[in-house]
Amino acid sequence: MKILIVGGGMGGTILANNLARRLKSELKSGKVSLTVLSASAQHAYLPGLLYVATGRMTTDELYRDEASLLDPLIEFRVDPVEHFLLDQKQVKTKSGQTIGYDVLAIATGSRIYPEAIPGLKENAEFFYTEETAVKLFNRVRDFKAGKIVVAMGVPHKCPMAPLEITLMLDDYFKERGLGGKVQLHYTYPVGRVHTLENVAKWAAPEFDRRGITYETMFNLKHVDGQKRVIHSEEGTEASYDMLISIPSHRGMEVIEANKLGQNGWIPTHRENLNMEGREDVFVLGDTTNLPISKAGSTTHFEAEVLGENIAALVKFGAPVRKYDGKVFCFIQAGSDRATYAMFNYNRPPDPKPPTRTMHWFKAAYNKLYWLSARGLL
Amino acid sequence: MVVLNGSTGEAMSERRIVDARGSFCPGPLMELIAAIKMVQVGDELEILSSDKGSAKEIPQWLNKVGHEHLGTTEQDGVWHVNVRRKK
Repeated sequence: MKILIVGGGMGGTILANNLARRLKSELKSGKVSLTVLSASAQHAYLPGLLYVATGRMTTDELYRDEASLLDPLIEFRVDPVEHFLLDQKQVKTKSGQTIGYDVLAIATGSRIYPEAIPGLKENAEFFYTEETAVKLFNRVRDFKAGKIVVAMGVPHKCPMAPLEITLMLDDYFKERGLGGKVQLHYTYPVGRVHTLENVAKWAAPEFDRRGITYETMFNLKHVDGQKRVIHSEEGTEASYDMLISIPSHRGMEVIEANKLGQNGWIPTHRENLNMEGREDVFVLGDTTNLPISKAGSTTHFEAEVLGENIAALVKFGAPVRKYDGKVFCFIQAGSDRATYAMFNYNRPPDPKPPTRTMHWFKAAYNKLYWLSARGLL
Repeated sequence: MVVLNGSTGEAMSERRIVDARGSFCPGPLMELIAAIKMVQVGDELEILSSDKGSAKEIPQWLNKVGHEHLGTTEQDGVWHVNVRRKK
């Protein structure tokens, strides 16, 4: 049986290592082959970009060689897929190779799409790539007084990021004695400061305590860079001296180009994680169209379910588990405190007040992640 | 699905189902905000939510932003909120 994983990010890597562990004897005997195709030889720990943007991590801490993370039984190629020929059970790669499969897993991830909002790309700072995170930090470091507005598009990856960047910047400026000179203003698309009601109940008084102003039901419509004003779909506006945005996201262009899903999101069964209408194609991570957080933990838990199910398909021809929508998100609540939200399709989150202990656990996880990628944690 | 005009039987607009059952984060309203950008003006969306708060929260946003709330029904613990994109 040929198992092919497209994508060498968090989901593809965890799934590959999970399968290598479960199918060790089959891989050694040649009964099963396991191949990962990626666009890059490097594996990036993307949650670290938040810390780069606030001066708490350096860029070299974000990367490992993908080959060093994968089990030696896995065949790894840096050769991104350009064409998905699902009816033929094949893909064609950038180098011109045609690769067949019996089971395909797609974990190509997502990308920021600031172009969705006129004026946003030219006038806002971002932190979802290394280049933009470093640029944002340099601007923040030089910012001595004025109004910083945080605004976001929908959908966006990491739903906690808007809160986290706001609270971390508030501490950053206050620690430098600029608390009275820098005004932070937070905008949010729905009628409270976070989509999770229990998180919003904690975050709104926290903003009040810190003197962070906010406007809810604010969906970015366009940015007037000359006047330094953002306008909302709801008809309101906010002026800024520096604009920081968590822009809307799309799935990868190759998904759109192959017509696998609008805006790059592949229609996916919420429990079985197969592509709708395709029993031999599975989807995980940001690439799905599921109504759950686009976050690393989502990908991680989906990969564990798929690892168990694909191994079971090999061993006795049927999957054994359903994905229950499990998500676990750390919430960095400033420079030295954190909490978390854990939930699934049926159980809402109940986040506890932030603590220093949870902050240190999150700081430790930023290092422990490499064990998760290897399938060990 | 295609929505048909009740009197003429002609196709009026597309209606897309947004299945946001079990969505705590990003949540049904966020799913709607994302989905409404993916349809044409005049198209309809039906949001499925297992959160009764959606029955109040979604119409509030529709009213503020200027899209049309076509009605809400509840069946077996799932709220069906019908929406038309107006701009």
